[in-house]
Amino acid sequence: MPLALLVICLTFTTSSPPGPALTARVPASLGGAGQDVGRSCILVSIAGKNVMLDCGMHMGYNDDRRFPDFSYITQNGRLTDFLDCVIISHFHLDHCGALPYFSEMVGYDGPIYMTHPTKAICPILLEDYRKITVDKKGETNFFTSQMIKDCMKKVVAVHLHQTVQVDEELEIKAYYAGHVLGAAMFQIKVGCESVVYTGDYNMTPDRHLGAAWIDKCRPDLLITESTYATTIRDSKRCRERDFLKKVHETVERGGKVLIPVFALGRAQELCILLETFWERMNLKAPIYFSTGLTEKANHYYKLFITWTNQKIRKTFVQRNMFEFKHIKAFDRAFADNPGPMVVFATPGMLHAGQSLQIFRKWAGNEKNMVIMPGYCVQGTVGHKILSGQRKLEMEGRQILEVKMQVEYMSFSAHADAKGIMQLIRQAEPRNVLLVHGEAKKMEFLKQKIEQEFHVNCYMPANGETTTIFTNPSIPVDISLGLLKRETAIDAKKPKLMHGTLIMKDNSFRLVSPEQALKELGLAEHQLRFTCRVHIQDPRKEHETVLRVYNHLKGVLKDYSVQHLPDGSITVESILIQATAHLEDQGTKVLLVSWTYQDEELGSYLTSLLKKGLPQSTS
Amino acid sequence: MKLYCLSGHPTLPCNVLKFKSTTIMLDCGLDMTSTLNFLPLPLVQSPRLSKLPGLVLKDGSTFLDKELKECSGHVFVDSVPEFCLPETELLDLSTVDVILISNYHCMMALPYITEYTGFTGTVYATEPTVQIGRLLMEELVNSIERVPKAQSASMWKNKEVQRLLPAPLKDAVEVSMWRKCYTMPEVNAALSKIQLVGYSQKIELFGAVQVTPLSSGYALGSSNWIIQSHYEKVSYVSGSSLLTTHPQPMDQASLKNSDVLILTGLTQIPTANPDGMVGEFCSNLAMTVRNGGNVLVPCYPSGVIYDLLECLYQYIDSAGLSNVPFYFISPVANSSLEFSQIFAEWLCHNKQTKVYLPEPPFPHAELIQTNKLKHYPSIHGDFSNDFKQPCVIFTGHPSLRFGDVVHFMELWGKSSLNTVIFTEPDFSYLDALAPYQPLAMKCVYCPIDTRLNFIQVSKLLKEVQPLHVVCPEQYTQPPPSQSHRTDLMIDCQPPPMSYRRAEVLTLPYKRRYEKIEIMPELADSLVPLEIKPGISLATVSAMLHTKDNKHVLQLPPKPPQPPTSKKRKRVSDDVPECKPLKPLLSGSIPVDQFVQTLEKHGFSDVKVEDTAKGHIVLLQEAETLIQIEEDSTHIICDNDEPLRVKLRDLVLKFLQKF
Repeated sequence: MPLALLVICLTFTTSSPPGPALTARVPASLGGAGQDVGRSCILVSIAGKNVMLDCGMHMGYNDDRRFPDFSYITQNGRLTDFLDCVIISHFHLDHCGALPYFSEMVGYDGPIYMTHPTKAICPILLEDYRKITVDKKGETNFFTSQMIKDCMKKVVAVHLHQTVQVDEELEIKAYYAGHVLGAAMFQIKVGCESVVYTGDYNMTPDRHLGAAWIDKCRPDLLITESTYATTIRDSKRCRERDFLKKVHETVERGGKVLIPVFALGRAQELCILLETFWERMNLKAPIYFSTGLTEKANHYYKLFITWTNQKIRKTFVQRNMFEFKHIKAFDRAFADNPGPMVVFATPGMLHAGQSLQIFRKWAGNEKNMVIMPGYCVQGTVGHKILSGQRKLEMEGRQILEVKMQVEYMSFSAHADAKGIMQLIRQAEPRNVLLVHGEAKKMEFLKQKIEQEFHVNCYMPANGETTTIFTNPSIPVDISLGLLKRETAIDAKKPKLMHGTLIMKDNSFRLVSPEQALKELGLAEHQLRFTCRVHIQDPRKEHETVLRVYNHLKGVLKDYSVQHLPDGSITVESILIQATAHLEDQGTKVLLVSWTYQDEELGSYLTSLLKKGLPQSTS
Repeated sequence: MKLYCLSGHPTLPCNVLKFKSTTIMLDCGLDMTSTLNFLPLPLVQSPRLSKLPGLVLKDGSTFLDKELKECSGHVFVDSVPEFCLPETELLDLSTVDVILISNYHCMMALPYITEYTGFTGTVYATEPTVQIGRLLMEELVNSIERVPKAQSASMWKNKEVQRLLPAPLKDAVEVSMWRKCYTMPEVNAALSKIQLVGYSQKIELFGAVQVTPLSSGYALGSSNWIIQSHYEKVSYVSGSSLLTTHPQPMDQASLKNSDVLILTGLTQIPTANPDGMVGEFCSNLAMTVRNGGNVLVPCYPSGVIYDLLECLYQYIDSAGLSNVPFYFISPVANSSLEFSQIFAEWLCHNKQTKVYLPEPPFPHAELIQTNKLKHYPSIHGDFSNDFKQPCVIFTGHPSLRFGDVVHFMELWGKSSLNTVIFTEPDFSYLDALAPYQPLAMKCVYCPIDTRLNFIQVSKLLKEVQPLHVVCPEQYTQPPPSQSHRTDLMIDCQPPPMSYRRAEVLTLPYKRRYEKIEIMPELADSLVPLEIKPGISLATVSAMLHTKDNKHVLQLPPKPPQPPTSKKRKRVSDDVPECKPLKPLLSGSIPVDQFVQTLEKHGFSDVKVEDTAKGHIVLLQEAETLIQIEEDSTHIICDNDEPLRVKLRDLVLKFLQKF
């Protein structure tokens, strides 16, 4: 049994001196239900901020196990105190199904972020699901309609690419994910550290949605789904042709086709596909779409058309792709009608509701066909028949024999291995963490990622904590005077610079040493050296000076050596003066004077002069 | 930081900001008031217009009578209407890196800039701005292109000739800069250069500057822009509204702490209250229709029309107008109505909530469904079959110089039963009506301008507290017609800097810091010292790398190991290669302790003499003298390097390094 919560913690520890708070290490840690497609709920700690990513439920369970176990957090206090925010990637229940339970029953009052379409559609699916569970199955201890409403009041809708400032340090940003209407990937950023969470995404545009896209944001960690970790799916067109062929053949021989779908998402894409095919082939067999959600669902697509793909957006004024001519609303009585038909029915994994009812009616006839267009989690009827089971134990110990044809077509819009690699290439993360996949497949992908991108790849189990260390550089303010002094000559060439870093109240400023002294109200203490160098030279003083000058000029080609009118010599800011020796006329005394800042050059000059002057050529 | 002002029109701005090595154009508004000097373009041959007499100059010469016509004492150019472009000579527009668009009205000159100046940059705008901007351009191009005009007047533009003309032609500025309308291919090319952005999206420009659009509350997708680096913040406020109409409310909080706030696009009718105007609009409309007359509303195909339709939706039943047909005629009428329904995310909260139901956010969907509102691409085709009077017609263009509105002005102008109601504030209604005079039709002026008025501006400025305000000169004095109304101008401290067309302003700002990143390895090597409580210092010697306007400090490369081979024995002979700078010193040397230290290190003959400013420490045997003063130390010695170094290090022990 999987543990309840997937936890990733990115926590900072400050290293011991030298730099107080200058060197921050970032251990990131992850623990929890990673290697499982059933339910998404991830906790990330980044630079002291705690963010929960998705709050999904497991469709394969009917008991407490369907919701994440929040006791991991609540054992230490209230959810609201611990979490800085919650982010929901899209409206599928395995990503948002536990939200009312989490916010209203366990208790969370902080902000919940999701895109506008998700905010619009999520409560409808929750209510739909609640009805199936409570009204049909008679379960108690479940969230109520009012709880769904109260929960949605805590939701803040975000735009794509909008930078949402959750608080002063924590910001989040949504990117287009292309998985379902309104699906988004999220970047979570605190200071220099960042994490990208993909939710479910799709890197190839389909008939109604565009492809996922992210910029080169170089996150410290990319948390990516890996549902199809090993699959490299054949081209979309082949799959579509396959699908149409199977539907067509079944209908031609008078069979009925059941396509279990979720009301929003794949359903619309397949409807567009069948609608155009029916139009082109002039087919007459009826196509139905079950549940009252259809029209409503299509309405959402019309109003949020900006979230669909380029083609649909461009042509929507002339022809709205979500107004179907051939597809009609389904009535329960139609299931017993003779003759061929195609029915889209919810839910998609055959675990409850109308799709399961129709399935039970049609399963016994080998002329019929059920096409599973998406992934089914363990424990659902969908999963059972896909894994080859043909005798199903239904409620009341009744055995259902499945004679109808069972087909699986991967239409669910998840990225395949190729797509996942492509996303990693786009975002250039420093670490990758795989979630929402099956352990074996993830292992394969992990190796591939490590080989190709040379980044660490993690695949934590449920409840496991992964810690990732980051090594951020430290941003400081540099005074423009100092910067310009250094970049004045050739901005492109790296050059050595000297400055003083002032650290005060968590602010770091790099200024010139002079400015640092001034700001602190300190005076400079000048340290000067004057060395007496004795030189054997019987000539007159000014001649000696001239010889010294010529000598230095010859040796120190890169330095500014000057002979001043008053008879002294300067090398840069070092002063050299000559005086006669009081007792010995054949000896001259050179006074070499420099400040501590010129220590190297001054020291060098005295040792050079001590060796004496070369024999003059004249 | 410099601001180049390319447009003199306060609500149709076009400025260029040079900021930290980037060149940013702020809006490119097109001044269309120039078209008021032209004769209307009738869709159907108009005998009245074609019979207008040609202009006879004061000296009796008639050489301009083909180009200029007279109508009720006004002179009009009989030619394809032309627009007054932003300045193109003030700076080389091919150097513009990016163009930021604040709303769809302020992008109408875009094709002139992107297609004619060698522009190679990127344009940033929100999705509704682009979509509706496209519709406005399409309508403009369409309404001008479908009435081909054989002649193109240019003689009157000659400076010598223009001087002789009557006002206002005589005073028209920059007539040589007036251009004909662009074409659809040019519009498409211009729009293809736009990159879509969302509110509060941070967009990096060359690593130097970050720009962010914020909701401005004026129209669908309308934005103000923040242009900032790590240390400077310029807010560009253009066309903002605090009234609750359909768009998302204005984001004021993000404008705080601006160094400079550029303020354009205030209301053009500061004395009119938009709510009152809407009321007058409805009652005038109802009265005319009840009396059997028709109502003509010259308007743009998007914007205020949505609000007017919403008002009418609530009003028509109670006013007993449910049987009166409402027509919306524009080549983009359908698109405009459809587009308005799909921008849920850009709408005010109330409208967003409707989308969640899901219901269309605007009630005009219902008006269309119930057949109360009908829309047509033009007066030709279906419209002529459906046309019933009395009716209400919304159509463009508000200048009354082109578009289907010209037809209805000609058709209905002669009857006093009919009313034309002006709601768009961009054109003087008297000037707009001039070529139709004499008119029998009633004219009602209900300008609805939801943009900020001066009271709101002063409140806004108090709240966001910018250091400097920059605005068009029109806002720094009362309107010319109401010179006593000193309340109708911007009042702030310090007084705003004003600009006029073709001016270049140097904006005041003091930039003192820049961001630099210290790599972790370097940070690890730093040794901070606490100088004062809470203040630590560390000297940094590091390699400065600069790339893409980003600065990084790294550990300096390790000095090469001194060669150990015997040939290079005389290492000290090598001239020091670079000048490793020594830190600055600070502090003072306590003489007593210093002497003790000297003695501890084996100097036995230390002698101290007091001087005026300090002390002299003598080491007699070594013939060395150390002058110690408050802020200087001078070591004078023989050329004995080991001794000097020893003394140096002893002195340094007492000093702090910087």
